[in-house]
Amino acid sequence: MVKVDGNGGQSGLIHARDLDKTYRRGGEEIDVLQGLNLDVEAGEFVAFMGPSGSGKSTLLNLLGGLDVPTRGSITVAGDEITHMSGGKLTEWRARHVGFIFQMYNLIPVLTAFQNVELPLLLTKLSKAERRSHVETALGVVGLSDRMHHFPRQLSGGQEQRVTIARAIVSDPTFLLCDEPTGDLDRKSADDVMAIIEELVAKYHKTVLMVTHDPVVAARASSILHLEKGVLVEGKHTSQVTLAGGAA
Amino acid sequence: MLPKLFFGFLITVVAIFALLLILVVVGGIVAGLLAPFLGNVPVSYNFRSIRARWTSTIVAILGIAGTVGVFVAMLSLARGFKATLVASGSPDNALVMRAGSPTEMMGGVTLDSIKVIQDAPGIARGPNGPLVTQEVVGVVPIPLISTGTDAIVQIRGVSPNVLEIRKFVKIEQGRMFNAGVSEILVGKNASKTYSGLTVGNKIDMAGGHWEVVGVFDAGGSSFDSEIWCDSHVLNDILKRPSNIFQSVTVHLASTDSFKTLKDSLTSDPRLNVDVIREVDYYAKQSTTMTTLITWLGGFVAAIMAIGAVFGALNTMYSAVSERGREIATMRAVGFSTWNVILSFLFEALLISIVGGVIGCLAVLPLNGLTTNTLNFQTFSNLAFAFKITFDLLLMGVAFALVMGVLGGLLPAIRAAIRPVAVALREL
Amino acid sequence: MKFARIILANLMRKKVRLLLTIGSFAVALFLFAFLSVVNDAFQRGADVAGADRLVIINRTSIINPIPLSYRDKILRIPGVKIITHNNWFGAIYKDEKNFFPQFVIDPENQRQVFPELIVPDDQWNTFVKDRQGAIVGARTAERFGWKIGDRVPLMVTIWGTGNWEFNIDGIYHGKRPQDDETQFWLQWDYFQEHVPAGIKGQVGWYVLRLDSPDDAVRVSKAIDAEFANSPNETKTETESAFAAGWVKQFGNIKFLIITIGTVVFLTLLLVTGNTMAISVRERTPELAIFKAIGYSDRAVLFFVLAESLVIALIGGVLGLLFSVGAVPVLAKGLNGLLPTLVLSPSTLVLGVILAIVVGLISGMLPGLTAMHMRVVNALRRV
Repeated sequence: MVKVDGNGGQSGLIHARDLDKTYRRGGEEIDVLQGLNLDVEAGEFVAFMGPSGSGKSTLLNLLGGLDVPTRGSITVAGDEITHMSGGKLTEWRARHVGFIFQMYNLIPVLTAFQNVELPLLLTKLSKAERRSHVETALGVVGLSDRMHHFPRQLSGGQEQRVTIARAIVSDPTFLLCDEPTGDLDRKSADDVMAIIEELVAKYHKTVLMVTHDPVVAARASSILHLEKGVLVEGKHTSQVTLAGGAA
Repeated sequence: MLPKLFFGFLITVVAIFALLLILVVVGGIVAGLLAPFLGNVPVSYNFRSIRARWTSTIVAILGIAGTVGVFVAMLSLARGFKATLVASGSPDNALVMRAGSPTEMMGGVTLDSIKVIQDAPGIARGPNGPLVTQEVVGVVPIPLISTGTDAIVQIRGVSPNVLEIRKFVKIEQGRMFNAGVSEILVGKNASKTYSGLTVGNKIDMAGGHWEVVGVFDAGGSSFDSEIWCDSHVLNDILKRPSNIFQSVTVHLASTDSFKTLKDSLTSDPRLNVDVIREVDYYAKQSTTMTTLITWLGGFVAAIMAIGAVFGALNTMYSAVSERGREIATMRAVGFSTWNVILSFLFEALLISIVGGVIGCLAVLPLNGLTTNTLNFQTFSNLAFAFKITFDLLLMGVAFALVMGVLGGLLPAIRAAIRPVAVALREL
Repeated sequence: MKFARIILANLMRKKVRLLLTIGSFAVALFLFAFLSVVNDAFQRGADVAGADRLVIINRTSIINPIPLSYRDKILRIPGVKIITHNNWFGAIYKDEKNFFPQFVIDPENQRQVFPELIVPDDQWNTFVKDRQGAIVGARTAERFGWKIGDRVPLMVTIWGTGNWEFNIDGIYHGKRPQDDETQFWLQWDYFQEHVPAGIKGQVGWYVLRLDSPDDAVRVSKAIDAEFANSPNETKTETESAFAAGWVKQFGNIKFLIITIGTVVFLTLLLVTGNTMAISVRERTPELAIFKAIGYSDRAVLFFVLAESLVIALIGGVLGLLFSVGAVPVLAKGLNGLLPTLVLSPSTLVLGVILAIVVGLISGMLPGLTAMHMRVVNALRRV
């Protein structure tokens, strides 16, 4: 169940209350988020849409602990992250969040295997244990045969799938995707979305995704629009498609 | 047979390679400098990109400046040392020493021999007789002003009419010493480098008491580091036999009379002497130290140059990689490979010229700065000055240009031949 | 360790740049080693056996001789263990360019005063019995290809004229790498026989060994006091002070070397720092990903510093190794011009430390930039 009015109760996984975020850009102060509320329960697949500059990425960054709100609070799995110190926040991120960005995700000088292994190097797992996790993750995204390829030897879609594998390898609490298919052609985008859907349906992952592509957004179970600094419930998905994706 | 053949082959290959390298470097310098005229890439592009990456540019400039500075400084040290000794003496003077003596100090000429020498043809005559000075040379310990520890200073006993033979020496302070008295005349460099050598001062030296009565200027030659006194007095005080001197310097009737004098003296059965032009003798005394300083300095500069080239290469390669898209765009737009290379060469040379000039300017203040060293060959301390000449500065800038070409050529070529499509794809 | 792979992979990103930067370090450290060697060569005398040996010269002028008769008086001074004397022979072997030091020695006491210069007993015994005998240092022997049994002519300059001939009866080696192996020793007796009468009975200088280094000052003063106001006053000082005095005559060699060295290292710092900065700048988005995944700011700083250190160490060690090989070649080329060129272990250690320091400093600024970089800014879409 996803709620945006601040009345989500205590049972959910993610709670955001009264979030404000103000930027200073070129001497001006811009209030991107104004009193935003959000409640997400475990296992949800939420898509965030909105015009360019509306603050979708900002919201994602806040929820993922990459940024701190000007005002308000965020609680994930019982942890209040808004007042965590930098070091603690980093540790928290490592344990709870899997990130999938639009680009620059993979380290070009490391193989797919080594890229996926990166989050595990922060843990105390042995080499053999790490290998086992990595192989599993790559299996889930269907790239076991490309384990030792470098990113330049992979297509865009394959790169994103490796990114997904990295995002899930340490079994995070939830996944944050910022325009995951933004750079991909339709076919690759479909492949990627299929995997994400499987992660939700089969592995019960919680996924929060920002996208401007209504076709991609349609795959989520809820669509939320970011307008004037707060979230509003989206139109029904079929209506969105008919309207040509204008949001 | 086989090793010789192989060796010959190897040398030919190396020689060809070296020749090609020289051609490339010279060609690169010429082409690069003329790029604004030869090529059609606007020079303003180069200036703008230099400004955009000004930190890297400054780093490359400083690297080259440092190398050129050290290069010029070391060579000017060697030059200064050599100049001092080479400038010593006059082509109108000749030195007569015992045959086989490598230096004055080891020689011995008796009073009787001197009487013979005086009458030889080719010697100029003054109002008081032939212009000869019979000399005795020794070394005495005198503390350096800079460290307080002793330097081995050359003291030269001369005839009282020495200034008529060494006409290039002028007394700049005080007066000439009086014959038969323990008075000394000190060279201007000696006065500046060793303690206590000021007019009016009395010092103890060589077991005697002396008064400094004057300072002379010998035109920047090695004599400027010496102390002069009456040779009879010196012989006395050093407890040497009073009728034996170490050398005789004569003033020639004319520069060409050298041969006449030499033939006469060397063929005289009463004598066993060598005759050498004064300038040649002193030039010889500089060979060891000049070789040492030039060798050491040259080696240091060569190594630094390699380092500077690495630095320049690094900068230029980074320039190429950071500007990959620009270059590709330029080429897509229509500038040919050749023009791109020229443009990059020009930029590299511009950077190196600036670096070279800065390096030269930075060491210019050293010019005339005096330092001193022990000359192994004469076994005495010699004060000399850094000597930076215009040709040395030109060499410094040329050196910078060579480094610039070496640092700019490869990256330039690399930039130019990378397939445009590949370069454009790299975002 | 597990992050090694990441660090190395990042280094290999641009191989040319890596090689050039390693090359820069190698060159700088090679130069450092070379400069140290030259500096050591000039300072050398200062740490020759030194502390328990005194050198006595004529106070008036170093080239004036001292009477042999002084020896017994000096021996009577308490604290003097044993004394020997030398004269500078200064002859020429075939050509002035073939310079090497020749000393007239006192065979009875030579080896006890200079125990670090080792001659096999059988060779020494032959020498002692041979008036025209000579002992030559290993380096000079090698330079001219002399072997035991060879007869060598030396053309005298100071003591007379003509050629004197000597038999090579032995070759000496120095105990330590920095000992002088270029000397040529001939017999006092033979020397005395052939010099002019006026010069007989005079030595060039004395070298003595003390019972204890603590006696140096007292004994020096006592000796000089003994001969004060005599026709030949003496100047006595420790061997290291004597050698240091020579070095000081090469005005400012140390200053010159330090200046050059500083210029070299500053330049290296600049070049490497700049290269690291460019390299980090190019990788900002990747470093941001590391941070997003959960690597701490400090971890990122660590990566950058580690890269810088690896380059510094590889390059530095390469340069130092190269110098180890090159110094003997240099020494040969400079034949006789400078005392033995020796690369001391402490120079090598200092070199490694310097490389590490430069590596750390040059990586620090870009590392700090990477550390403070905010993920959200780095990943912002244009």
